[in-house]
Amino acid sequence: MLAFVIQRIFQSALVMLVVALIAFVMFTFIGDPVDQMVGLETTLEEREQLRERLGLKDPVPIQFLNFVGNAVQGDFGISYQFKRPVATMIGERLPATLELSFVSAIFALVAGIPMGVYTALRRNSIISKFFLTTSLIGISLPTFLIGILLIDVFAVRLGLLPSSQRGEVVEIGWWSTGFLTASGLKALIMPSITLGLFQMTLIMRLVRSEMLEVLRTDYIKFARARGLRDRAVHFGHALKNTLIPVITITGLQLGTIIAFAIITETVFQWPGMGLLFLQSVQDVDIPIMSAYLLLIGFLFVIINLIVDLLYVFVDPRIRITGGET
Amino acid sequence: MSIRKSLIGAAIVTGLMTTSALAENTFKYAFQGSLKSLDPYSLNETFTLGTLGNVYEGLTRRGPDLKIEPALAESWEIVEPTRWRFKLRQGVKFHNGNDFNADDVLFSAERVKSEGSDLKTRFPDGTKFEKVDDYTVDVILTAPNPILNAEWSTWYIIDKEWAEANNSVKVTSASDQNASTISLQANGTGAFKISNHDAGVKTTFDANKDWWDAGSGKHNLDSIEFSTIASDATRVAALLSGEMDLVYPIPVQDINRVNASPTTSALTGPELRTIFLGMDQIRDELLESSVKGKNPFKDVRVRKAFYHAIDIEAIKAKVMRNLATPSAIMLSPFMFENAGQFSRLEYNPDGAKALLAEAGYGDGFEVGMDCPNDRYVNDEAICQAVVSMLAKVGVKVNLNAQPKAQYFAKVLASGSFNTSFYLLGWTPGSFDSWNVLTNLHGCRDEAGNGGLFNLGGYCNDKVDELSAKILSENDAATRLDMITQAYKMTTDEVAYIPLHQQGLAWGVSSNVDLVQRADNELMLYYVNKK
Repeated sequence: MLAFVIQRIFQSALVMLVVALIAFVMFTFIGDPVDQMVGLETTLEEREQLRERLGLKDPVPIQFLNFVGNAVQGDFGISYQFKRPVATMIGERLPATLELSFVSAIFALVAGIPMGVYTALRRNSIISKFFLTTSLIGISLPTFLIGILLIDVFAVRLGLLPSSQRGEVVEIGWWSTGFLTASGLKALIMPSITLGLFQMTLIMRLVRSEMLEVLRTDYIKFARARGLRDRAVHFGHALKNTLIPVITITGLQLGTIIAFAIITETVFQWPGMGLLFLQSVQDVDIPIMSAYLLLIGFLFVIINLIVDLLYVFVDPRIRITGGET
Repeated sequence: MSIRKSLIGAAIVTGLMTTSALAENTFKYAFQGSLKSLDPYSLNETFTLGTLGNVYEGLTRRGPDLKIEPALAESWEIVEPTRWRFKLRQGVKFHNGNDFNADDVLFSAERVKSEGSDLKTRFPDGTKFEKVDDYTVDVILTAPNPILNAEWSTWYIIDKEWAEANNSVKVTSASDQNASTISLQANGTGAFKISNHDAGVKTTFDANKDWWDAGSGKHNLDSIEFSTIASDATRVAALLSGEMDLVYPIPVQDINRVNASPTTSALTGPELRTIFLGMDQIRDELLESSVKGKNPFKDVRVRKAFYHAIDIEAIKAKVMRNLATPSAIMLSPFMFENAGQFSRLEYNPDGAKALLAEAGYGDGFEVGMDCPNDRYVNDEAICQAVVSMLAKVGVKVNLNAQPKAQYFAKVLASGSFNTSFYLLGWTPGSFDSWNVLTNLHGCRDEAGNGGLFNLGGYCNDKVDELSAKILSENDAATRLDMITQAYKMTTDEVAYIPLHQQGLAWGVSSNVDLVQRADNELMLYYVNKK
C-alpha cells in the first residue's frame, strides 16, 4: 500500500518535470522576450546586455536546470514585463480565478441537477425539449461568443450588469474577495454563467441519463409497489443514486474550469491568473508563462493523485495489483 | 423595444444622478494595454510614459499641439553652442512634500543613463549636467545639438531624497531580485497622485491640489480610475454601457456603432506613426524569393514598380475606413514643415508592369512578405490588400502574418533581419527627422550597427553624411534645408514605400471634454467632466 502511494507520488513528480520541459521547449518558438521589454530605440548592445543579465544567453539545458532548481524552492523569478516576483503576482490573481471557478461550479450544479431530473422525469414535455435544445447551444457555442452576447444584452442594452472586471473587492489578508460587495457580486454573474454553461450542460445530461437508468431498476419498481409517493421515489431513492458519478465528474471538472477560465477571463477582463497568462504570452513574459503552466500542471496532477488514492480505498483489486505494476 | 430601452436608460441615469450628486468627479477610462512598472525609466514606450506624464513631469512638456512648453524648467537658452542653461521653476513640491531643485535634476540625469534604463537616448553620451545654483542647471554637450530637449517631455524628474530613502536609486529591471518602491509607487510633481496601483488591472489617481499649474484650471477632476480592458469588443461595450467615460483605441469598424449611440461618440484624428513597406536591398539574393542569384530589390525600377502598384486610396477607403492619411514621406507632416513638397508616386499598374519588364521581370516573380497581425491598425488587412494589388502586376507575394512577438523576433536585428519584404510602423520619439534618417535610412552592417531599424539595409553614403550634419546644425533654416535634401534622395531612390499615417480612434462619453494629442498620449489635466 505504502509502496503504491510512493510510486504514484514519484510518477506525479515525473509528470511535473515533463510539463516543465515541454513548456520550456515551447518558449524558444514564441518570440524574443527582449524585444518586448525595451522601447524601439534601445540600441543593440543594450539589448545584448539585458539578454546576458537575464541569463537568456546560457545554453537551454542550463536555463532549464536553473529554472527547475528555483521553482522547487518556490522561486519563479521576476516578471519581465511587470518587474515583480511572479509568485506574488500569481498569488494576487489566484483569488479572482478561484472565486469565479467556484461560483461557476455551484451554478453548474444548482442549475444542472434540477434540469437533469426534470428532463428525465418529464421526457416529452415542452420544457424538457427547451432545456435540451438550450443545453445543445451551451455545448456548441464557443465561450467567447456567449460572453460577448451576454455583455451585449445585459450590459449594453439593458444596463443591468457590469460588462467587465470584478467590481469592488474587499481585502481579507492576502485574499481579495468580491463576495462582500454588491458590485462584486453583480460582476460575478455573467462570467460565471459563461464559464459554467458547458459544465451545467454536462451535468444536466449526466443526471438525465443516470436517472433514466435508475428509474428502470427493480428497487424503484419495489419502491413504487410499496406505495411511496413519487416525490420520495424520485428524490429519496433515484436521485441519491445518480449523484455518485455526478460528484466524481464535478470534482474532476473543477480542474478544467480553473484551467479553461482563460477565455472567460479575457472576454470579461476578469483579473485572474488566466488573463495574466494570456497577456504574458503576447508579451513573451516567460517567467509568468512557465509558473502558470506549472501551477495548472500541478493542479491536475494533484487531482489525479487524489482520485488514484481514493480508488485504492474503494477498490481492493487495485491494492493487490498495485504492488506489481 | 426602443421605448423600453430608453425608459430603462432613463431610470438608470436618474439612479446614477442621485448617487453621483454626493460623489466626487471621477473620470473612468480604459486602454487596451497595461500600466506595468511605475518606474519612469524602465520602458521607453508611449502608453507607459504618457500615463506617467500625469504624475511626473519633465523639464519641458508638450501642449495639445505637441509644441514644447516649459514645465519644471521655466526657461532655457543656448549660452554657447555646446552649453544650454535651464532656469528651474521655484516653489514646486513633490507629492511627498519635498522641494524640487537642481539636485533632483542632476540625480535624474545620472539615473536615466544608468544600467537598466531604457531611456538612455534622452541626451547624448558624454553630456554633463552642472549645478549653477539651486534653481539653475547647465548642460554641457560634446557637440552642438539643436534637438537636445526634444524628448525631455517624457524624461521625468525624480526626487533624489525620496529615491535614496526608498531603495529606488537603481532603475527597476527584470534581472534584479528585489522590486524597488519606485516600481510600485510614484512620487512626482505632476497634476495627479497615484493612490493605488494594481499592475495590469486598475490604477487610481487623486488630483494633486498643490500642483503648481493647478491655477490654470485645466481640469475639474477629483479622482481617476484607469483600467486595462484588452478585448476590443468588451472595451467598446464598457463605453456603450456607460461604465467608462473614455475607452481607447476603438476598432475602426466600431466607429459607426459608437457614434450611433446618443451618449457616446468617436473622437478621431491623425496619429504620428507612419506605416510603410520595406524591401531587403542589402543581400545579394533574397531569402524568400523565386529569383535566384540576384536581388530584384537592388534595382530601383523594381522598387518603383512596387510603389506604382499600390492603390493607396483603396487601402484608405476599404481597409482603413478613411481613418488614415496617405503619406509621401516617412514621417508625419506634423514634424516636417516641407512635407508639402513631396508627393506619392501615382497608382499605375500598367506603368508598374512596364517597369518590371524593363528590369527583366516581365513574367513577375515570387517573394515572401512579413507582416504583424496585432501591432498596427488593421495591419494584416493592409498586407492582404498589398498582396492582391501586387498580384495584378504579376508579382506573387507569399504573406506570413504573425503576432508581433514572433514577427519582431524574425525581422529585427535579433532575428538577423530575416525578411525580404515587410510592413512596419515608425514614430520618431524626438518628433524630429534626424531620428528617421538614422534609424530607418542609415547604412548598417549585418549585425545592425548603424540604422538599427533599417531592416532592408538601404544605404546611401550621402544621406549618412547629411544626417550627421543635421544632428549638430543649430540654425533652423539650414537644418530644414538639409533635411529636405536628404528626403529628396531617399524618396527618389524609393528607399521605402510609405503608405499612410494611421488614425487615432477614441470612444468618448458625451459628458467629457478632452484633448486628443497626435502622439496618442492622454493628458488627464485636459479632461473636464460635465
